[in-house]
Amino acid sequence: MNSLVILPVLLPFLIGAVLILLAKKHQAQRVITSLTVLSMLAASVILAVDVYQNGIATMEMGDWPAPFGIVFVADMFATMMVILSSIVGVVCLFFAFSTISTEREKFYFYPFYLFLLAGVNGAFLTGDLFNMFVFFEVMLLASYVLIVMGGTKYQLRESFKYVVINVFASMLFLIGVAYIYGALGTLNMADMAVRIEETGQTGILNVIAILLLIVFASKGALFPLYFWLPKSYYGPPSAIAALFGGLLTKVGIYAIIRLFTLVFNHDIGFTHNIILALAGFTMFFGVLGAVSQFDFKRILSYHIISQVGYMVMGLGIFTPLALAGAIYYIAHHIIVKSALFLFSGATESITGTTDLKKMGGILKTHPLLAWMFFITAVSLAGIPPLSGFFSKFPLILSGMQEGRYIITAVALLVGLLTLFSMLKIFIYAFWGEQKHTDEQAAKKIGPILLPIVPMVLLTIILGFAAEPIFSYSYGIAEELLEPSIYINSVLGE
Amino acid sequence: MKTNNLLLQSVTQVVTFLIFAFSIYLFFAGHNNPGGGFIGGLMTASALLLLYLAFDIQSIKKALAFNYVNIIAIGLIISLATGMVSMFLGGPFLNQYDQYVHVPLFGEVHLTTAVPFDLGIYLVVVAIALVIILAIGEDA
Repeated sequence: MNSLVILPVLLPFLIGAVLILLAKKHQAQRVITSLTVLSMLAASVILAVDVYQNGIATMEMGDWPAPFGIVFVADMFATMMVILSSIVGVVCLFFAFSTISTEREKFYFYPFYLFLLAGVNGAFLTGDLFNMFVFFEVMLLASYVLIVMGGTKYQLRESFKYVVINVFASMLFLIGVAYIYGALGTLNMADMAVRIEETGQTGILNVIAILLLIVFASKGALFPLYFWLPKSYYGPPSAIAALFGGLLTKVGIYAIIRLFTLVFNHDIGFTHNIILALAGFTMFFGVLGAVSQFDFKRILSYHIISQVGYMVMGLGIFTPLALAGAIYYIAHHIIVKSALFLFSGATESITGTTDLKKMGGILKTHPLLAWMFFITAVSLAGIPPLSGFFSKFPLILSGMQEGRYIITAVALLVGLLTLFSMLKIFIYAFWGEQKHTDEQAAKKIGPILLPIVPMVLLTIILGFAAEPIFSYSYGIAEELLEPSIYINSVLGE
Repeated sequence: MKTNNLLLQSVTQVVTFLIFAFSIYLFFAGHNNPGGGFIGGLMTASALLLLYLAFDIQSIKKALAFNYVNIIAIGLIISLATGMVSMFLGGPFLNQYDQYVHVPLFGEVHLTTAVPFDLGIYLVVVAIALVIILAIGEDA
C-alpha cells in the first residue's frame, strides 16, 4: 500500500483545480504551477527509486482488492515514463513563461497544462484498461483546449481535425474496451493477462488486439493514421507544440507496448509481425514527409512520426535487446524532440518565421543557440556519442540478430535521411547570409534558451552515461517480457 | 420578437422548486439506491436551465450571481480533498469511512465520507452543464 504511486497524478490535478480559482492572478499562477511541476518531478524520481529498489508498487483505490477495484501500478517502465513526462512538463513550462502571450495565460492555460500532465501520468500509472481510457480522455480534453488556445484561423482549422480524429479514436477505444469486457469479463490488465493465458489468444481476441492497436496507432501516429499530426502540431505556440510532440504520441506508444507485452503476447507471429510492418511504413513515410518539407516546425513534426516507428520496431522484434532499445529510444526521443521544438520557438522569436527559406545566418548572431541546436539535431540523427546513437544501435543490432533484414535496412536508411533533413535545417537556418534584420539580431534570447539547457545536457548525459542507463532500460525490458512479475504484484501470488 | 411567457413563467416558479427538491432527494438516495451526485447534479442543472428558458439571462444572472467556473473548481477540490483525507490516515486514495451517529430530532444518522465526495461531483456537474449551455446560448 503506497500512496506515493498516485501522487504524480493527484498533485497536478488538485493544484490545477485550485488554479482555476486564481485565474486572474497570473503571477501567482506562475509561481504555484512551477512549484507543482517541480514537486511532481521530485515525487516521480522518489517513486522510481523506490520501485527500482523494492520492486513494483501498487495501490488499490478505496481498498477494493485487485481485479474488482481500480489499481495503480508503478513498475519500472511506468515510473520511467512519469519521470520523463515530469521533465518535459518542467522544461516546457519555464519556456512558456518567456514566450506565451498573456492572452493565453488568462484563459486557464496553467490549469489545463496541469490537467494534461495529470492525464498523461495517470495513463502511465493505471493498471486498469477502462481507467486508462478515462485518463486518455483527461489528457485529450486538456490538449483540445491547449491546441486551440489563441484561436488563430489556422489553429482552429487544424485543431478541428485533431479533435475529430481523437474523438473517433476514443470511440473505438471504448468499443475495444467493451469487447474485451465481453470476451474476458475483466478490465484489470493483470487479470486480463491471466485469463488470456487460460483461454488462449483465439480469433476474437486477435480481433480485439488489432482494434486496440488501431486506436493507439491513431493516438501515437503510426502508419497510416498519422496524417493529422504534422499540421495540428504546427499551429500552437512552441511551448505547447514541444509538450505535445514530446509526450502525447508517446502515451499511445506506451499503451501499445504495455498491452502487447502484458496481455496480447501469445500470438506473436500474427500481432507482432503486423506491428513490425507498421513500424517500417511509419518510419519510411514519416521521414519522406520530413525530407520534402521546408518549414522548421513541420520537419520536426514529420520526424515525430518517423521516430515513433523506431519505438514500435523494438516491440515488433520482441527480444529483450530490441525492447530495451525501444525504451531507450522513447527516453531519448522525448527529451530531444521537445528540445528541438523549443529551439524552433527560439528561432521563431528571433526571425519571426518558421519558414527555412526566409531564415539564415543565425549562427553569426546567436552562436550559442546554433550550437545547442546542432548538438540536439545530430543526436536525433544518431551520431555517436550522443543519445540517438545508443538508442538506434540496439534496435539495429537486434534486427540483424533476428534476421529481420528489411526493417533493419529501412531503419538505417531512415537514420540517414534524418541526418539529411536535420542538416537541412542547420544549413538553411543557421548558415548562409543573414536574412533577419539587425534589430532582430540584437535580440537577447538568454531567458528563452535557459530552460532548454537541461534538455541538451540530458541528451549528452544519455549518450556518455549510456552504460548504466542502458542496463536500466534492459532491466525494464526484462521486466516487461516476464509478465508474471507484473501479474503477481497486482493480483498477489 | 416578444412573446407572452406568462404560463411558462408561472409554472416555472413552482416546478423549479419541485425539480430542485427531487434532485436533492436523488443526491442522498445515491448512497444505497439509484441516484447520486451525477444525476442529482444534472437534475439541478435542468431546474436552473428552466429558469433561464422562462426568464431572460440578465435577470437570472442577477438572482443567481454565481461564477460557475469557480464552482467547478470548488467541486473538484472538495472531491479530491475527500479522497486524499484517507491518504493522511494511512489508507489508500479514495478509501471511505462511515459512522452511525445519533443526532437529536433526526435519530440514527449514517455519516459517510462518500457524501462530501459526491457533493463535489454534484457541484462539478451542475456548474459544467450550465457553463456549456450558457456558452452556447449566450452567443448572440
